[in-house]
Amino acid sequence: MSVKLTILQQMEQVAQEHGRILPPLTDELVLANCGLDSLGFAVLVARLEDTLGIDPFTAAEDAFFPITLGDFVKVYEHGGR
Amino acid sequence: MNMAGVEAPALRACVANAPTAQFIWGRGACARVTDLERGTSLGGGLTDLAGRSALVATANQLTTALALIELDGVARRLVILPPDTEAEHLGAIIAAAEIDAVVTDGRLRPQAAFELPVRVSCASSIAPLDEGPRVTVRTEWVLLTSGTTGVPKMVVHDLDGLTAAITHRGATDDAAIWGTFYDMRRYGGLQIFLRAILGGASLVLSSAGEPVADHLARLAQHGVTHLSGTPSHWRRALMFPAIRRIAPRYVRLSGEIADQAILDALRAAFPQAAIGHAYASTEAGVAFAVNDGRAGFPAAFAETIRDGVELKIVDGSLRIRSSGTASRYVGNGQSLADGDGFVDTGDIVERCGDRYYFAGRKGGIINVGGLKVHPEEIEAVINRHPQVRMSLVRPKHSPITGAIAVADVVLTSPNEGARAGQIEVRDEILKLCREALPRHKVPAAISFVPSLPVAATGKLARRQG
Repeated sequence: MSVKLTILQQMEQVAQEHGRILPPLTDELVLANCGLDSLGFAVLVARLEDTLGIDPFTAAEDAFFPITLGDFVKVYEHGGR
Repeated sequence: MNMAGVEAPALRACVANAPTAQFIWGRGACARVTDLERGTSLGGGLTDLAGRSALVATANQLTTALALIELDGVARRLVILPPDTEAEHLGAIIAAAEIDAVVTDGRLRPQAAFELPVRVSCASSIAPLDEGPRVTVRTEWVLLTSGTTGVPKMVVHDLDGLTAAITHRGATDDAAIWGTFYDMRRYGGLQIFLRAILGGASLVLSSAGEPVADHLARLAQHGVTHLSGTPSHWRRALMFPAIRRIAPRYVRLSGEIADQAILDALRAAFPQAAIGHAYASTEAGVAFAVNDGRAGFPAAFAETIRDGVELKIVDGSLRIRSSGTASRYVGNGQSLADGDGFVDTGDIVERCGDRYYFAGRKGGIINVGGLKVHPEEIEAVINRHPQVRMSLVRPKHSPITGAIAVADVVLTSPNEGARAGQIEVRDEILKLCREALPRHKVPAAISFVPSLPVAATGKLARRQG
C-alpha cells in the first residue's frame, strides 16, 4: 500500500474512533480544518509510526508541522526531510 | 537459655514453641524450625554477631530465613539485602547503616563486604549448639526500598511494627502451609515469612530464577494452603497449566493495584478460596486487607481508625499512620512521615460512591497535552477483556501532545495470535477503552507482546518515561 493510501486510511480510522467526520481528503485540505484535533493528530502520528516505521516530526531537526494534507503526506514520503 | 534480662523477642519465642512439623522449604533444601532452639545455621558465628549491625547478604532465601530467626534479639541491627541490589551501592549502604558484620552463604559478589570486621557464614542446615543465644537487644530490622535509581532507601522497622498486622499468633492454624511468589528479603515476602513463623505454620519459599512451573510444582508438592504475590505474579502464574495443581484456601494479593479482572480470574481459578488484597508498603507497613472480592476499598476505611490504622487522603494521595509504620530512614536526612506521623504512599486514590479505587502512582503520570493519565487506570480497563492476561500502558513521545499513552498487551493464549484474530481483539480493546475512558486516555496504539517484564520486586517493570 502506498504511503499516501496508508495515511488516508489511518486518518479515516482515527476520525471514526474519535467520532469525527472528515471532509473530502484532497491535497489542498488545510489540516487545521479537517476535523481532527491535536489529540487526533497525536494518535494518527503514533499509529503511522507503527505502520510506516517512522515519525518524521520527531526525527526532524526543526520543529515544524505541515499546513495542508498534501504537505503532510510529502513529509512521510520524504522521511522527514 | 541465657536471657540477660530482656524479654524474649517474638521470633525466639516462636522457635521455642514451634510445632515439630513446622518446616521452611527452600528450593532443594529444608529446615525444621524447632531445631533452631538447640541449633544454629551460623556455624560458631552467632556470638560474634551480638550487638553488631549486620548485613544479611544471602543468596539463598532459606539461609536468610534461618539467619533472621537466629539474629533477632542478638544483632543490634539487621540490614536485609535484596538479591538484586546494585553492587555499586553496597559501599554507601554499609557506611550509612554503620554495618560492621556480614552474614553470607558464600556467594557474595561485591568486594566492599569482604573488608568488614566480622564475616559469618550461614548454612541452610542446622548444626547442634550447646549454649543458647544471648538475647539482649531490640533488633532494628532494616529493609531496602526498590527505588529505580540511586542508592536504595533504608527503612527502619522493629519486629513489633513488622508484625503489627498479624493478628493470629501462636499455633492457631498449624495446618496452614504458606507460600509466596515474593522474595522474602522484601517487605511483601517478609510479611509472609513472619506470618508463617508466628502462626506455627510451614512456609514454602520462592527462589530467584526458578521457572514458574517448577515453583508451582513445589507449592503443589507441599500442599500450599495460603499463597501470596503481586497481581503481576498471579497473572504470570495463571498462564501456567501447573496452576491447576495447587488448591490454596487463601489467596492474597499485594504490592500493586488488584484490578477487578485479576480478582475475577483468581475467583474462577480457585472457586473455594478466600481471596484478599492487602495494601502495604515498606514505609507505611500493612494498612488493610480487602476481602469482599472487589477492587478498591470501602470508603469507611478512610473514615474510622481500624485496627490502629488511620488513613488520610491529601491531594488524592493516600497517607497512612499506624503501629506498623516504619520509624525512619537510615542515613539520609529525609523524614519518612509528615508532621502528624502519616506516611505519604504516593498512591493516588479516587472516590466513586462508597468506595475508593487506586488510580496509579503520583510519579507515574503520563502528560497527554496537559491532561494527566495514570497508566494503571487504562490497564484496568484493558485487563477486563477476556482474552487479555496482562497489560502495560506506557508513554510514547508525541511531537504534538508531548506524550501519548500506548499499550503492550499479553493475551491469555498467545499461541492463538493469528494476525486477523489480533486485529479483532485490538479493536475490541479499543472499544472497551472508548466506552470507559475519556478520549485522551484511550491508547493510541496497542501492541501484542509474548510477555511483559516483571521486576525482582514482583511488580510490573515500568520505565520512567
